[in-house]
Amino acid sequence: MRSPTPPRGKPWDVLVVGGGNAALCAAITAAEAGCSVLILEGAPKPYRGGNSRHTRNFRCMHRGPMSVLTDAYEEEEYFNDLLLVTKGKTDEKLARLVIGTSEECLPWMIAHGVHFQPSLSGTLSLSRTNAFFLGGGKSLVNAYYNTAQDLGVAVVYEAQVKHIHLDGDRFTHADVSIEGGPVEQIAANSVVLASGGFQSDIEWLTRAWGPAAANFLIRGTPYNRGVVLKDMIDQGCESVGDPTQCHCVAIDGRAPKYDGGICTRLDCVPFSVVVNKNGDRFYDEGEDTWPKRYAIWGRLVAAQPEQVGFSIIDSKSIDLFMPSVFPPTQADTMEELAEKLGLDPAKVARTVAEFNNACRPGNFHPTERDGMATEGLEPPKTNWARPIDRPPFYGYQLRPGVTFTYLGLKVDETARVEGPDGRLANVWAAGEIMAGSILGQGYLAGFGMTIGTVFGRIAGREAAAHVA
Amino acid sequence: MSLDQLDAKPLGPAMAEAHRQLEICNACRYCEGFCSVFPAMMRQKTFAEGDLNHMANLCHNCRGCYYSCQYTPPHEFELNLPAILAEVRQESWESYIRPHALSKAFHEHGFAMALAAAIFIGILFWVASTAGADPSAGFYAHLAHNLMVAIFAPAFLAPLAIIALGLRDYWRDTGGRWPSIADLKSAFGSVAKMKNLSGGHGEGCNFEREDRYTNARRYAHQAVLWGFLLCFLSTSSATLMHYFMNWPAPYGLLTPPKLFGLSGGVLLTLGAIEMIRLKLKADPELSAKRVWRGEFAFTALLGLTALSGLLLYIATGTAAVRPLLAFHLGCVLTLFLMMPYTKMVHGFFRLSALIIEAQKSGGK
Repeated sequence: MRSPTPPRGKPWDVLVVGGGNAALCAAITAAEAGCSVLILEGAPKPYRGGNSRHTRNFRCMHRGPMSVLTDAYEEEEYFNDLLLVTKGKTDEKLARLVIGTSEECLPWMIAHGVHFQPSLSGTLSLSRTNAFFLGGGKSLVNAYYNTAQDLGVAVVYEAQVKHIHLDGDRFTHADVSIEGGPVEQIAANSVVLASGGFQSDIEWLTRAWGPAAANFLIRGTPYNRGVVLKDMIDQGCESVGDPTQCHCVAIDGRAPKYDGGICTRLDCVPFSVVVNKNGDRFYDEGEDTWPKRYAIWGRLVAAQPEQVGFSIIDSKSIDLFMPSVFPPTQADTMEELAEKLGLDPAKVARTVAEFNNACRPGNFHPTERDGMATEGLEPPKTNWARPIDRPPFYGYQLRPGVTFTYLGLKVDETARVEGPDGRLANVWAAGEIMAGSILGQGYLAGFGMTIGTVFGRIAGREAAAHVA
Repeated sequence: MSLDQLDAKPLGPAMAEAHRQLEICNACRYCEGFCSVFPAMMRQKTFAEGDLNHMANLCHNCRGCYYSCQYTPPHEFELNLPAILAEVRQESWESYIRPHALSKAFHEHGFAMALAAAIFIGILFWVASTAGADPSAGFYAHLAHNLMVAIFAPAFLAPLAIIALGLRDYWRDTGGRWPSIADLKSAFGSVAKMKNLSGGHGEGCNFEREDRYTNARRYAHQAVLWGFLLCFLSTSSATLMHYFMNWPAPYGLLTPPKLFGLSGGVLLTLGAIEMIRLKLKADPELSAKRVWRGEFAFTALLGLTALSGLLLYIATGTAAVRPLLAFHLGCVLTLFLMMPYTKMVHGFFRLSALIIEAQKSGGK
């Protein structure tokens, strides 16, 4: 098919590249300001919404109980949480803008069809800071598409944007192939780039990470290949962030290569010993509670031979964490388990025995740091160290799962993209494509959706103001 | 997790597929707030047959989970929870209600039901035209009261007994206990508001407009349910008046049988028409496809029963009464006799599931 024709025979007011949360927030905001808007979504309709379809919550500042959020979560605490995970690698001005604006976003989201539900069971620790979408991110995406459609926004699926044409500091048109058809030019008065990071371009990941990246699993959409990001950088736009930085967690090694989403996560690590391919332990499994540590384990496993780890527990721990999507490997002896996992049985049995001998009695408490630490073991396990000795034994293969990459376009507080010679005149960016400005490293649960919503709305507003 | 699978008896294909899908759901849990199925799922890591039957009968086919799901086809996980739970639910009715062959025949084949209805209508025509019409008997001129009772009392009670036997086994296999007042209050409250078709947020379900929420099916179902209950109340009040107040039919407009019957008949007729309209718009892939025709025929029969009852009232004193009466009573007889073997049976299992869920969740 060819692209739809804009109303009144004029070019589109606002072209939105991408079809996830940030893109939709921008499109809705611009349409509500009276603009004609066209969304070019790269994925086919069933996969629309980019990584947003896999998300589940929105981290939100609030001064008192609001909607499903309990208590208060104020700007300073929010900002400090961000500083902690990014180790200071953030742009304070933009970060505070996102945090401060998040509070007014929640009612906006509700008004535009998003439904929230109280914190999901197993994530009660987030009930104060994160508002959960009823039905998850795909349900949010559906709500926004319906709202956009009601506002007259046009949407084209399977629209691959190949090139953003700049004439000096001005965007003129995009080169687009729809449903694999010939490249056509779509002109607009302004453009919002919200087409995500590059994490599903494995080749690009490999260039940044080295060959190890070929073994990474991509948790999100296979459609975020960073074509537009690369095109903009190639045209001299300023980038921010480190191409090796990404949201990378340890997930079930049997997960699909792409799009496994939330259910491939494994929460067993704190109750386990984790060994690498050689049967050696390599990091303190009990450093902190899992919500605070899951995001470092992707990189830890990525640094091991063949980018694989094996988390081993016994029957005492099997009910202490959320169910896994695939059943664990199970055996009655440690040697048999190791063999089933493809590891050296004698070596694994020795590693586990050494660990067991280093465990000390204590009061085990699964949901908070209990101080049950090993003695004289390197590396130590500093919490939840209980001997793994009660069969049956269970094992899970761990692999690095990339959620999204941080390398992005540099924007200012109006979401305007920084070109080779200062700000571009009519190009804005929102969502993962610019999140690197705020997330230099590390991750804060639900913050990606906050960045996308805040900057999506800013980009939509600014793009509309430019047209007016 | 299938930790106990080796010990348990193997699940049938539909059960096994439901088990596969629910394991994935249980590792995601985004849909927690839509309905009662997900809190029930989250109580355990592994699912036995009784658990699967319980969840399947809790599911109201609102489809909220399907349209919100990251893992529906073409995703390789191929989740379609509404369809697989519909199939397990259907199989549960067919296996708990005896004889199984009748269940299968009438659930699946709308034609079988139409044929049954035609036969019963025919019988009543024949009875009405031969069994001594007595012009002095007022309303019962076409069909004597005692004869009606002789036909309908067993036709009503025998199916109920069959259902009760099936429910007893269902109750046992899904771990239900003797219900407390609180359990009943919770379950009936849920039915009265059709809470499980509210979407959890009150905007309804994703039945006929894909990923948009509407309350159409929730309201249509309530019209059918309340309409049916009002019609039942109409008959019951007439029975009481007949036997205990020595007040035989016909009844005037401002009497309980007429007031209940008229309002119930209108609600049931309109509700059934709307249910059929919605069914025609909804995606059959999200339901138990093999019983689509049977369900359609059942809903049509409900609507025709109500409509013929209303027409019968309008036709009072005309020559149309006798054929309309035979038609109406034939429909009623089919509804009653087929109760264990048609969609009608869902009400009994659904209510049981809601009561048992109230017990299992501790009223949460």
